[in-house]
Amino acid sequence: MELTLWTYEGPPHVGAMRIASSMKDIHYVLHAPQGDTYADLLFTMIERRGQRPPVTYTTFQARDLGGDTAELVKKNIKESVERFKPKTLLVGESCTAELIQDQPGALAKGMGFDMPIVNLELPAYSKKENWGASETFYQLTRTLLKEKVSSSEKISPLRWKELGRRPKVNILGPSLLGFRCRDDVIEIQRILSEQGIDTNVVAPLGASPDDIERLIDAEINICLYQEIAEASCEWLRRNFGMEFTNTIPIGIKNTIEFINEVHNKLDLPMTNKEELEHKSKLPWYSKSVDSNYLTGKRVFIFGDGTHAIAAAKIAKEELGFEVVGLGTYSREMARQVRATAKELNLVALITNNYLEVEDAMKKAAPELVLGTQMERHSAKRLGIPCSVISTPMHVQDVPARYSPQMGWEGANVIFDDWVHPLMMGLEEHLIDMFKHDFEFVDGHQSHLGHTATKTGDSVNSEDKEDKNSKEGIIWTESGRAELTKVPFFVRGKVKTNTEKYAILRGIPEISDETLYDAKAYFS
Amino acid sequence: MSKVEFNKETGPREVFCGLTSIVWLHRRMPDAFFLVVGSRTCAHLIQSAAGVMIFAEPRFGTAILEEKDLAGLADAHEELDRVVNDLIARRPEIKTLFLVGSCPSEVIKLDLATVAEKLNKRFLGKVRFVNYSGSGIETTFTQGEDGALKALIPLMESSDEEKLLLVGTLANNVEDRFKKIFRNLGISNIESFPPRQSTELPKIGKNTKVLLTQPYLSDTVRDLKHLGCEIISAPFPLGIEGSTEWFLSAAKAFKISELKVHEIISPLINRAKLALESHKEILKGKRLFLLPESQLEISLARFLHNECEMDLIEVGTPYLNKDLMKEEINLLPDNTKIVEGQHVEKQLDRVRESNPDLVVCGMGLANPLEAEGISTKWSIEMVFSPIHGIDQAADLAGLFSKPLRRNQILTSKTLVRQ
Repeated sequence: MELTLWTYEGPPHVGAMRIASSMKDIHYVLHAPQGDTYADLLFTMIERRGQRPPVTYTTFQARDLGGDTAELVKKNIKESVERFKPKTLLVGESCTAELIQDQPGALAKGMGFDMPIVNLELPAYSKKENWGASETFYQLTRTLLKEKVSSSEKISPLRWKELGRRPKVNILGPSLLGFRCRDDVIEIQRILSEQGIDTNVVAPLGASPDDIERLIDAEINICLYQEIAEASCEWLRRNFGMEFTNTIPIGIKNTIEFINEVHNKLDLPMTNKEELEHKSKLPWYSKSVDSNYLTGKRVFIFGDGTHAIAAAKIAKEELGFEVVGLGTYSREMARQVRATAKELNLVALITNNYLEVEDAMKKAAPELVLGTQMERHSAKRLGIPCSVISTPMHVQDVPARYSPQMGWEGANVIFDDWVHPLMMGLEEHLIDMFKHDFEFVDGHQSHLGHTATKTGDSVNSEDKEDKNSKEGIIWTESGRAELTKVPFFVRGKVKTNTEKYAILRGIPEISDETLYDAKAYFS
Repeated sequence: MSKVEFNKETGPREVFCGLTSIVWLHRRMPDAFFLVVGSRTCAHLIQSAAGVMIFAEPRFGTAILEEKDLAGLADAHEELDRVVNDLIARRPEIKTLFLVGSCPSEVIKLDLATVAEKLNKRFLGKVRFVNYSGSGIETTFTQGEDGALKALIPLMESSDEEKLLLVGTLANNVEDRFKKIFRNLGISNIESFPPRQSTELPKIGKNTKVLLTQPYLSDTVRDLKHLGCEIISAPFPLGIEGSTEWFLSAAKAFKISELKVHEIISPLINRAKLALESHKEILKGKRLFLLPESQLEISLARFLHNECEMDLIEVGTPYLNKDLMKEEINLLPDNTKIVEGQHVEKQLDRVRESNPDLVVCGMGLANPLEAEGISTKWSIEMVFSPIHGIDQAADLAGLFSKPLRRNQILTSKTLVRQ
C-alpha cells in the first residue's frame, strides 16, 4: 500500500483512454463501475474538448456482482458497436473490473464482429498511465499490422529514392493530455516539410485505424514521445525494419541534432547549421547583454522523462543555467534520466512522491524551478519562481495560443516561459547596482508579490529575534547591522554563508568584518 | 401526490461516485481526514474531480492498493496499519479519521470495520476511526455523505433534551442564517449534523426533531429514526417555496403558529422575490433538462418551474427515495417526467431530440453539449455553493440564468430568437 495525497500519473486505463480519445473511428468499451467516468472530464474540462471521449463504461454495480457481469459486458459491447460503428474496438477493464475477472476482451472476440478487436490487459495494480498509453498504442499497431508482417519486405530508409518521391516519415507519440502535443506536431511537420520531408501519418493524435495500417508506407518513424511511442517504434523496426529517431527536438541543439539524425537516416544532405540556428530567437536572446543575469542561475528540474531530460540540456547549454537537481516520475525513463543527471554530476531523483521532490527542491535551494503543476505549488510555498514543463495536465497547460515546446518556435516559447518567472534582466541588474538604495531594502515588492516578501520578512524577523545561530554562533551588533544592509532577497543566503564560514574558521562571534571576510571567501 | 410520471432506466452512467463527497465533507469538518482505501484510479479521481492541486496538503488521501495487497487479506490489514501510522505522525492535528471504502476494497472484501475497531483501541483518546463506503458500485456522488454521516451516528451520545437537528452539510453562512431564523421563531436549541468539528457531535434522543437539509440522506435518516429521533417531513429548503414549507414544517413540529412563521419570514420572502425578478426574466419559458448527478434534481426542478417559470422536459435522478421526496414530488407540476437511473446514450438522444435551452449535468458532459450548442449548468456547483434558504433563492436562480445570459452576450442567434 502506498499513501498518496497527490499523484503524477493516473491508472493505466486512463492511458488507454488517451489513445482512444486521440484517434478517430475507434471505440473503447471499458468494464468499470460508474465512478470511473470521472476520467471523461480530463478530456472535456482539462483539454476543453467539445467531444466526449469515445468510451462506454459498463457501469456495473454491487448488485450485478452476484449475477452475470459478463452478460453486462456483452450487452454494452453490442450496443456500442451498433451505435458508434467503430472501425476498431478496444476492450479493457479498470482496476475494479480486473478483480472480478470477466475477461471482457476475450468475450468481445467471441461475439463474431467483423472488425479488429484489441484486447487490452493493463494491470492496474502495478502499472500507470503512461505505460497504459504506450501498451495500448503498441497493441493497436500490432493488431492492425500483424497480417502484413510476413508479406512485407524490410523497409529501407532509402526507399523514397527508388520510388522517385520525397521521403515520408511517421510522427508517433503525440496524444491528448500530452504536454503541448498538438502544437509540437504542427511545428515538427513544418520543420520536416521545409527540409523536403513529407509526413505520412501522425499517430495516435488525429489518426484512424486506416492510418495505422498505412504506417508502413513511410520510410522511418519519428519517435516524438518515447513514453508513448517507443514500444511501437521498436515493434515496427523488428517486424518491418523501419528505423526510428532517438533525438527529441526540444531546444535548439536538440532540434538541429534531430534534423541531422533524420537526414542521416534518409540520406539527405544536411542544411547549413548556422542557418538553422537563426530560425529561433533563443540563441541570440540568450547571448544578448540583457541575459547576462541568467549566468549560473541555479535551476531544479522535475517532470516526465522526455521533458526533464530536454530541459536539463537546454538549461545548461542554451541558457547558461546551473542544473542543481534533476528528476522524473517516469520510472520507464529512469535509466535515461539517471544518465543525464550523471553527466551533470547529479544523482537523479526518481520518485512518485511529491513531498520527496519538495524536500529535494528545498535542499538544492534553486533560483528557478522547472516542474509539473505540483512543483509549481511547492515552489510557490518556498517563494521560488517556477515554470511548468511537463504533464500531468492542468487547464493552464492547454493554452489558446500556439505554444509548442519543440522545434524553433518551441525554443522561443521556452525562452519566454522559463525566463519570465525570473526577475527580468535589466530589472535584476538595476537592483544589484542600486542595492544600497533605501528603495531596495525591506519591503521591496518584487513581482513574486507577497510570497517573496514573506520570505524576506521571515528572514528579517529571524534576524531580530534569533541573536545566535543554531550552531551557537553569536552575531555582534556590528555584524547584525551590516546584515540588515544586505538586500532582503539575498540576506538569507548571506547569513547562512557567513555562519558556515564562521564555523569553518572557528570564529565564535560574527562582526561586520567577518561578514566581509565570508563574502570574499565565497566569491 | 401529483400525477408525476416515474420511469426507471439502466445502462451506462455518467455520474461521480460517493468518494467525491469527501471534497465538501473535509471542508465542513477541518479536524477530520478522509483516507480512501482504494486504487490509483480513486486517487486520480479525487485529485481530478476536486482540483486537489489547489490544496497542496489536502485533508484527504488514498492508500493505494498494490499487487501485493491483493495477494492476501491479512497483509492488507498490516499495510493499512502502517499507512495510518505514517499519516497520523505527519498530521497530528487529525481528530477523526474516516477509512473510506472504494470499489476495489469492497470487491476484495477488505474489512475496514475491523481495522477501524483495532485502530480505535490503539489510538484511544487521540484519534477516532470510523469507516464507510463511498464506492461507485454502491453509491453515487452525494450518497457518500449519507455513508459518512451514518458512520458517525454510533458515536453520538444520547440526550432527551428537546432540540432541532439540521441534518446535511450546509455552507457555514447558510447555517448561521437558518439558526438565526429558528431562534427568532422561538426554537433555541439547534444543532447541526455534521458539526463543524468532527469531535463535537450532537447528542440525540427521543426529543430530537430531525429536519433534513439535503435529500440524499436515506440511510442516515433511517438510523436516526431507529434511535428514537422524530423526522420532520418537509420539502427541501431550496428556493422561497421550499424554504417556507421547510420552516413551516419545523414550526409545526415545535408547535409554533404559522402566523408567527409568516411574520418572521415575510420580509425575507419579499426581498427574495424582488431579487429573483431579474433572473426570472431570463429563465421564464425556457426549457430545462436535468440529467442525474447530485440527487438535488427534483428540488431544483420544483424551484425552477414553480418560482422561475421554466418548463421541465425531463428530471433525471440517480436514485429516488419516494418517501423522503414525497413532499417535493407533491409540489411538482402535473405530468413531470422523472427518470431514475441512467442510460447516458439514450438520455442524450432525448436531450438532442427535445432541444432544451438549458441542461443540468455533470462535468464530463458539459463541454460536449456546449459544443453542440446546448447551454449547460454543472451539477457539482450545487453542492459547493450556498444555495439553501430564502436569502439564497436569487443566487440559486443565478446559477441557471448565468449560462443563458452568457449565451445572450456571446451569440447573436440567441438574441434573434428572443
